[in-house]
Amino acid sequence: MEPALIWEWIIKSGLILGMMTAGFAYTTLYERKVLARMQVRVGPNRAGPFGLLQPVADAVKLIFKEELIPTNADKVIFILAPIITAIPALIITGVVPWGTAITLFGRVIPLHLADVNVAILYILSVTSISVYGITLAGWSSNNKYATLGGLRSTAQMISYELALGLSFVGPILIAGSMSLGDIVNAQRWVPFIVYQPIAALTFTLATIAEVNRAPFDMPEAEQELTAGYHTEYSGMKFALFFMAEYIKMIGVSMIGATVFLGGYLGPFVDQFPLLGPVYLTIKVAALLFIMIWLRATLPRIRYDRLMAFGWKILFPLALLNVILTAVVLVLRGG
Amino acid sequence: MSALIFFFTFALIAVGAAVGMLFSRNAIYAALLLIVNFASVAFLYLSLGAPFIALAQVTVYAGAIMVLFLFVIMLLGAERLPPSQELPWQRPLGIVLAFLLLIEAVYGIVFRVNSAATLSLPVVEFATPAEIGSALFSTYLLPFEITSVLLLVAVVGAIVLTRAEGGARRRALVSQITQAVATEVPEHKAETPEEEKELV
Repeated sequence: MEPALIWEWIIKSGLILGMMTAGFAYTTLYERKVLARMQVRVGPNRAGPFGLLQPVADAVKLIFKEELIPTNADKVIFILAPIITAIPALIITGVVPWGTAITLFGRVIPLHLADVNVAILYILSVTSISVYGITLAGWSSNNKYATLGGLRSTAQMISYELALGLSFVGPILIAGSMSLGDIVNAQRWVPFIVYQPIAALTFTLATIAEVNRAPFDMPEAEQELTAGYHTEYSGMKFALFFMAEYIKMIGVSMIGATVFLGGYLGPFVDQFPLLGPVYLTIKVAALLFIMIWLRATLPRIRYDRLMAFGWKILFPLALLNVILTAVVLVLRGG
Repeated sequence: MSALIFFFTFALIAVGAAVGMLFSRNAIYAALLLIVNFASVAFLYLSLGAPFIALAQVTVYAGAIMVLFLFVIMLLGAERLPPSQELPWQRPLGIVLAFLLLIEAVYGIVFRVNSAATLSLPVVEFATPAEIGSALFSTYLLPFEITSVLLLVAVVGAIVLTRAEGGARRRALVSQITQAVATEVPEHKAETPEEEKELV
């Protein structure tokens, strides 16, 4: 293995981490701006031009906040939990391609970190790991509201993971591969949202539940659980949870854009490969807008309704879509 | 060389986590160490060129199954073991079995049983999702189908068990609530307006 390749991977990984963290900072600003406009307000506009330095100000504030660890909390797990939550969020997009390939310094550099043949499985396994941080945060806080919030969110995420996994099956069947690169290439003419509207719908709903966003933000239900699993967290540890939530939003938007909206594909992307990341960013921003829009519009649904919806409507719907897709593909002889 | 370093790093982590799990007095830590063990075994699968199996290991064992373990431990409040509650026959039996295993291992290493059989290198394509899928649905079709029927039985069983119990409890709850409603009319029914989630 040549050293240049290793350096390429290290630089790409650093780039992904940096982009996700910067993306987190500016997604918070984006969300606050959009929410403000929807509620006929102006939103943050004091720090810097158009409030562009607001994330920096927030970060400085969080760094200087006091860190509290509750008495009788399990210290090791209490400190580990935010880290366990943040890491899966940071690594989940490692398999998403941002473009075809560019030539830099006489080297052909493919615009993806890892185009593996089990990319979808990788995403699902990272999602299934990301449950732990929240559960452990709730449990280790030695606070019954936090514990309840953690358990609720675990149950919710496990339930919606099924629908999430099944909504990937339709696109996999059509593309005939679990590699996200192949899935994008299969959408060269028609994005999969056209062939797979049901899967796109179940994917959207399941991912909103998976990243704990409104209207499924049950783990942090303020009225009932005083903010759920992160009740006892403050300062940078709270910021890590916050960061994980927003990075997961960006991550699932990237995955959704890749699987259903054609990923980096767009006009002239073959002539100018650098357009690929631009198209992907635009699609991600559009999906993020939908998530924020849903939050501004819908009230939180009750916990039992949430579980009933996940198991009795979303899961059978996703299953039905798998059967329909398989039958149609077999009938077409594909 | 790098493959050896990789192997020994993750093998050490796996063994260390397993030993730590056995000696941990706290069930939560034991469960977490078991997750670490599963994850490092998954890395060993990766180094053997079997990404599908590695990721299935993480998804199913480290993800789904261990979450349920953790759930049960937390819900039952069984985090700490009671001080000591030894089974009297366990220790001698363990020593005898360990001794037998040791003898067998030493015999195997010293006398090199079956040393002629060397592993043949698998073809590169052996672990692709397509290969595994076709193997499951052709060679191993019967075990696969039996497993699925078993799982179906488990699902139906779980539903039957919870329904019988939940039905009785729900009836009791409903009668309680109807009594409570009959005695006093709730004055405040409106839900509190959705509060703006506090941003940093």
